[in-house]
Amino acid sequence: MAALDASQLSPADRWTDLKDVAQVLRHHVVHMATDSPGAHVGGSMSAIEILTVLFFDGVLRVDPAQPKMEGRDYLIFSKGHASAALYAALAERGFFPVEELTTYKQMGSRLAGHSLKSIPGVELATGSLGHGLPVGNGIALAGQHDGLPYRTFVLLGDGECQEGSVWEAAMAAAHYRLDNLVAIVDRNGVQEDGPTEKIMALEPFADKWRSFGWAVREVDGHDVEDLSRALHSLPFAAGKPSLLLARTVKGKGVSFAENTNSWHYGKLSEDQRQQALSDLGDLRPRRERRAWA
Amino acid sequence: MTTATAGDLKVGSAAWVSRHGLSAVETCRLAQRELARRDPRFFSLEADLGDFGGFPFRDEFPDRYLDFGIAEASLVGAAGGLALRGKIPLVNTFASFALMRACEQVRLDLCYHNANAKIFGTFAGLQAGFSGPTHHSIEDIAIARSFPNMTVIAPADAVAAYWATLAAGHHPGPVYVRLAVDVTAQVYDEDCRFAIGRGNVLRPGGDLTLVAAGLTVVAEALAAADLLARDGIAARVLDLHTIKPIDRELLVRAARETGLLITVEEHTVYGGLGGAVAEAVAEAAPVPLRILGIPDSYAQFVGPYPEHLRRYGLDAAGIAGAARQALAARGGR
Repeated sequence: MAALDASQLSPADRWTDLKDVAQVLRHHVVHMATDSPGAHVGGSMSAIEILTVLFFDGVLRVDPAQPKMEGRDYLIFSKGHASAALYAALAERGFFPVEELTTYKQMGSRLAGHSLKSIPGVELATGSLGHGLPVGNGIALAGQHDGLPYRTFVLLGDGECQEGSVWEAAMAAAHYRLDNLVAIVDRNGVQEDGPTEKIMALEPFADKWRSFGWAVREVDGHDVEDLSRALHSLPFAAGKPSLLLARTVKGKGVSFAENTNSWHYGKLSEDQRQQALSDLGDLRPRRERRAWA
Repeated sequence: MTTATAGDLKVGSAAWVSRHGLSAVETCRLAQRELARRDPRFFSLEADLGDFGGFPFRDEFPDRYLDFGIAEASLVGAAGGLALRGKIPLVNTFASFALMRACEQVRLDLCYHNANAKIFGTFAGLQAGFSGPTHHSIEDIAIARSFPNMTVIAPADAVAAYWATLAAGHHPGPVYVRLAVDVTAQVYDEDCRFAIGRGNVLRPGGDLTLVAAGLTVVAEALAAADLLARDGIAARVLDLHTIKPIDRELLVRAARETGLLITVEEHTVYGGLGGAVAEAVAEAAPVPLRILGIPDSYAQFVGPYPEHLRRYGLDAAGIAGAARQALAARGGR
C-alpha cells in the first residue's frame, strides 16, 4: 500500500496518531447517532480503539482501493449492530467517501443499521448475533487448506457470546487448530437489558475461552499501545486460535452514555450532540503524514 | 457399502443403482465424489452422521472433508465462510437438523449471501419411521423454499438423486436437496433427464394430473395411475423434482388440459409442494386442487415407514382413492 500506516511512525507519533484517529471516529459516531433515526451508541463507542488499531496501525492487510484484493485479511464484524463505528473506520480508511457517513440510515443509503454485504470493506452482512465466528472458521479453514497466509479477524460483542453458536464455533476453531483465526471480544460488560453479569453471566470469561483451547490475551481495549502490541504478535500460540479479550467501557467517551444500557441504542438530541462533542474534545488538526488522510 | 466401480454399467444408470442396491443418499454421495474429482473447489462437510460418516469422500479427499461434530450452526456457518473463499461446500446432515436447528445460518450465511453451498438433507419426510417425530422432517420444503435465492430439489429415486446432485453442484447459489437413506422404489430407467427447474412428465393422461415430488411418493403416484387406469381414468403423472424454482409452464399446461391437480408429497400439507403448485396455478389457470401430504400434526404412531405412508394415504391406494373422490367432487366421473 502506498500510504503510510501509523505503525511506521515514531513511537510517540504513532500512539498520538492512533488516538487522533479514534477521536475522529467517535465524532463520526456522535453525528451519525444524531442525524439518523438512531444508532447503537454504546457498542460503537466501546469498539473504537479496536477498530482503530485494526485499520490504522497496519494490522489488517487490506487495500481500500481493492476491497476484494486476493490475499487480504478478513474482518468479520460480528457485532453488526455497532455498524456506525465500522462505517466510520471504513470511510476514514478510504473504503468509501467520508461524506457518505451523513447518509447513515437515510432513505436510499447503503449504510443500513446493520452492515450490508454491498458496502466496500464489509465481508459478511451481520447483525443477527452469533454468526461471525462460524463463518470466520470457514474462511480460515479455506486459508489453511490452501496454504495461504491471510488471516481472519472476528469482532464479537460480549453479550453476543451468550449465543450457543459462538461456542460451537469456538470448539471447531480449536479442533482444527486455526491459528490463522483471531477473535476479538469487545468486553464492555453491558448488554441491551443491563450488565452482562446480571443478565447472563459470562465470567470467568477468559477461562472459558482457554478451556475451549484458545490462546487468550487480555488488554485494556481503549489503550492503543496495549491493543497494538497484542495485535502485532499474532498468533498468540502456534496451532491455536487467538482470542483477544479487550476490556472496554460501553459508550466510552460520552459522559451520559458510559457504562449504561440506556444508550445501547438511541438517537441523540441536538443538546446531547453538543454535550458528547464537548466530552470528546475538539479534533486535533489533521497531520500530513497520517496514514488515513 | 458398495463402491462406484461400475464395471460395464454406466454410473448413474438405473441398472447401476439396481446392481448395487443403492439408496438416494448413496448415489448422492457418489456423485459428490464425482464432483470433487473434477473440481478441487468441492468440500464435504458433515455433523457426525454415523452410518454415512465421510462416505466415500473422506477416504479419497481427506483434506477436503470436514466434520463439525454435533453442531449444526457451526457446520452451516463454516459452509458460508468456505463459500466466501470460492469453495463449494457440500453439507451433509439430517434434513431436520440442517434446516431447522441451523435455520438462521441457512437463511443468512447461505441464502442472504447467495453462497454457492449445497445442503443434502437425509431422513427427509417420514423415512426415519420408528425413530419418531424428532427425526421426521415434514416442514423442510416449506422452510427451504421460503428463502430467497434457495433452490429446492426433491429427487424421485436414487437415479435422479445422482443426477440431481451433479446438477446441484454446477448450479450457482444455495441448493437444498431432499433425500433419504433407505433403498426406495425406482422411477427412472436408463435415460433420466434431470434439469433443475424442469419437471418431467412420467405418464401422459387427460383426466387429471398427479403432481408428485420426492422419494417413494413419485413411485406411488405412478402406481396410483395404474390403479386409476383400471377404472378407465387416465392420470397424467408429473415428477416435479424441483419445487423451487417451480416449472410453472408445465403445471399451467397440466391444469388447462386435465382440469384437476392432485399433489403428493411426504411433507406437511402447509407450504410444501401443494402450496407451491397452488401459488403457481392460482393466477394463470385456477382449477380444483387437492393437496395430499401429512395433515397438521406430528406422527402419533410408532411404526415402519411404509405404514406411516399408508396411514397418511400417501401410498398408491390412498392416492388413487383421493383422486377418485376429487374427480367425483368435480363432477367428472
